[in-house]
Amino acid sequence: MSTALVSQSERPPAPAGTGARKLTERAFRIRESGIIVVLVLFVAVTASIQPRFLNITNIQFILVNTTVFALLALGETMVVISRNYDLSVGSVLGLSAYLSASLFGGHPGFPIPLAFLAGLGIGLGCGLANGVMVAAGRVPSLVVTLATLYIFRGIDILIVGGKEVVANSLPSAFLEIPKATVLGIPVIAIAVAVVIAIGAYYLRSYRSGRELYAIGSNPDAARLAGIPVGRRVFVAFTVSGAIAGVAGVLWAAQYGTIDSTAGTGYELQVISAVVVGGVAIFGGSGSAVGAALGALLLSTISSALYVLGISPFWDQAIFGLLLLLAITLDRFISVRLTAALRSRGARHE
Amino acid sequence: MLVLRHAVKTFGAVQALVDGSIELHSGEAHALVGENGAGKSTLVKILAGVYQPDAGTLLVDGQEVTLHGPAAARAAGIAVIYQEPALFPDLSVAENMFIGRQPLGSARRIDRRAMRTEAAAIFARLGVHLDPARIARGLSIADQQVVEIGKAISLEARVIVMDEPTAALSAAEVDRLFDVVRTLRAHGTAVLFISHRLEEVFALCQRVTVMRDGRQVLSRELAGLVARDLVRAMVGRELAERPPGDQVTPGEPLLTVDRLTREGVFTDISFTVRAGEIVALAGLVGSGRSEVARAIFGIDRYDAGAVTVRGHRLRRGSPTGAMAAGVGFVPEDRRQQGLVMDMSVQQNVALASLGRLQHAGLIRSSAERALAADWAARLKIKYGRLKDPVSMLSGGNQQKVVLAKWLGRKPAVLIVDEPTRGIDVATKAEVHHLLVQLARDGVGVLMISSELPEVLRISDRILVMREGRLMTELAHAEASEEEILSAATGQATAGVPAPGQAGGER
Repeated sequence: MSTALVSQSERPPAPAGTGARKLTERAFRIRESGIIVVLVLFVAVTASIQPRFLNITNIQFILVNTTVFALLALGETMVVISRNYDLSVGSVLGLSAYLSASLFGGHPGFPIPLAFLAGLGIGLGCGLANGVMVAAGRVPSLVVTLATLYIFRGIDILIVGGKEVVANSLPSAFLEIPKATVLGIPVIAIAVAVVIAIGAYYLRSYRSGRELYAIGSNPDAARLAGIPVGRRVFVAFTVSGAIAGVAGVLWAAQYGTIDSTAGTGYELQVISAVVVGGVAIFGGSGSAVGAALGALLLSTISSALYVLGISPFWDQAIFGLLLLLAITLDRFISVRLTAALRSRGARHE
Repeated sequence: MLVLRHAVKTFGAVQALVDGSIELHSGEAHALVGENGAGKSTLVKILAGVYQPDAGTLLVDGQEVTLHGPAAARAAGIAVIYQEPALFPDLSVAENMFIGRQPLGSARRIDRRAMRTEAAAIFARLGVHLDPARIARGLSIADQQVVEIGKAISLEARVIVMDEPTAALSAAEVDRLFDVVRTLRAHGTAVLFISHRLEEVFALCQRVTVMRDGRQVLSRELAGLVARDLVRAMVGRELAERPPGDQVTPGEPLLTVDRLTREGVFTDISFTVRAGEIVALAGLVGSGRSEVARAIFGIDRYDAGAVTVRGHRLRRGSPTGAMAAGVGFVPEDRRQQGLVMDMSVQQNVALASLGRLQHAGLIRSSAERALAADWAARLKIKYGRLKDPVSMLSGGNQQKVVLAKWLGRKPAVLIVDEPTRGIDVATKAEVHHLLVQLARDGVGVLMISSELPEVLRISDRILVMREGRLMTELAHAEASEEEILSAATGQATAGVPAPGQAGGER
């Protein structure tokens, strides 16, 4: 039938709304470039006070520190885009960090890739549990992951007890992972950047990725459009869990000493990074690259405060402020954008 | 092309569909009319695959099909355009059309360019201007419907169901929609068109199916029928008009509005509503009628002037004060402003009377139920249980709940804004009857309405507004549609557009 309709075609594709399109594109560009501007400003100001901030070791340190958060932010982005929240990532990270690192304790020659696989598996299991409860049980994700935040941490504490894994029980090759560089850039930063690029590309250019946006944008419409909402959300949680598991192994390699408090409170920092990075807190828009930039911004700020000799207690206050700014800015942009789109829509009636 | 026979659907105690039957032919626009609650929406949802019927058969191209869900309906070539389409506001127009089946390029990536080109081609065929790349947020409802129609075409739907598509459209948008429907018909698509506006049915459709109480009561060619025939089939009886001479002698002034002004919105509005009167505030949409009402009730502020109720001057900007003085307000948009959709029927009815229903600070559920049951019976509200959320009721019954909420307070003055918008003919008549009855009991009623027949039918006096000013006042006896329209549009009677185009039949 649609071929029959072609004969009807008498007008060229409508150019009428291109103004509106430019407007939205500009808004999105502003959103991500905005983070970069803030980042550059922050670095510039800090460096002008304390030039040591820009030395190569410190930059490497910041990049390595960002890797764990940027990874977690990728998983969290997938979940938040679908209008869900994963509060359990910090606990998953802690569980995976301890269990994977303790593998080396029992078997000194334990292959490092297997430790990463173990972390991945642990995270996957946790993510599966979250996903099943949210997707099949239809329990709000905020509740499910708040519960698993405590449950996974509880399991962690049960297993760890008062013990801890110390650095000298870990193979030195494992502890060297965060220190390896190529052309001065930490290898794990490159690896994580590649993972995030793949994740961002998936979200942007694959059906199931776009469907996560659709679900977050309008869950009822998604269901009516025949999108397998439950399955997509389930996968998002599973991936988020798996990523948190891998991040846990990285965390272990970075810190060397792992007790039952590893990763405590990370969930809120990750969500902050995601939101600062421009992912809408009620789903539907945002990008994995933005979220990673958000993570980079937050760890740069921590480091800057440290370098400037400001108490790290300010970290949290500043994170909070940034979060507020980001959300206010989002509201502002979306209100203005809607008004602008509407008036443009009206003009070409 | 599509045949539904003897479909039955029951929800708890409510039998929404007793015998839902319809037959659609290729290339026709088929009207489905009936009162609210007649089962139209249920029938649509069965065709959409949202509801599974308890009994009945559905044939598409002579093949019996069972629709397990929306996806199955789509696969069978049935697409439904809802009154307010549910788009994804954050996604582009093209993506909204192709979600879940975007054209793919290499490595199963989405081919955005192909997607946009295809969308643009469809819009060109439909003769509408829409940029496929813009995001859906901010699209007018008419444009959103076009996106849905485009989606239906891209799905090669052969049956397109439009559930009250024109309810929220302007006259120009309705014309554009009709052009689109004609294009669809010309290419063999069957369109099922649901509307409360019978003149649209006659303008667009070739055949009609009338439903009443969950049954098909009439299905035939439209040719040879007039609106009155359809109305009779819908309600099962003739509609009575308000008998002339029914007006009671108005009593003391209840509501006095004196030189009310709000900068840039309305200026120098003065009028009086007396006991036993129905005063209509007419005018085009946007002339400031609703704004005046909102200012009187204290929702919006005003810059100058005074509102007096039974001798007491109302504080500006205080709905609580207005309620205490005996004013009730039934807003224009019942879903957003008139009801708490998630609360039960009984809670909604009791909402404005909580002060009376409480005992030592606690609401007595029994008193609440008694009040709600009483008003539900008096207003003939159709509901399952009083505890059901009000969102389960049909539009007309929801409006009755809003009315019940205010009547429970025994107001001296009742302001009603578009009291019958989007509700069916029979319920409309009941609402009219109710308003007349209230006036007879000594209530002063201020009614805002865009529907001129309604204004002419029940009001004693008609105030006409244009661009924020009161243009004229007409008594019931001297008023005519032409006169109201010429005052509302500021044109000589000869040049006045038809009522439908002037926003009269909204």
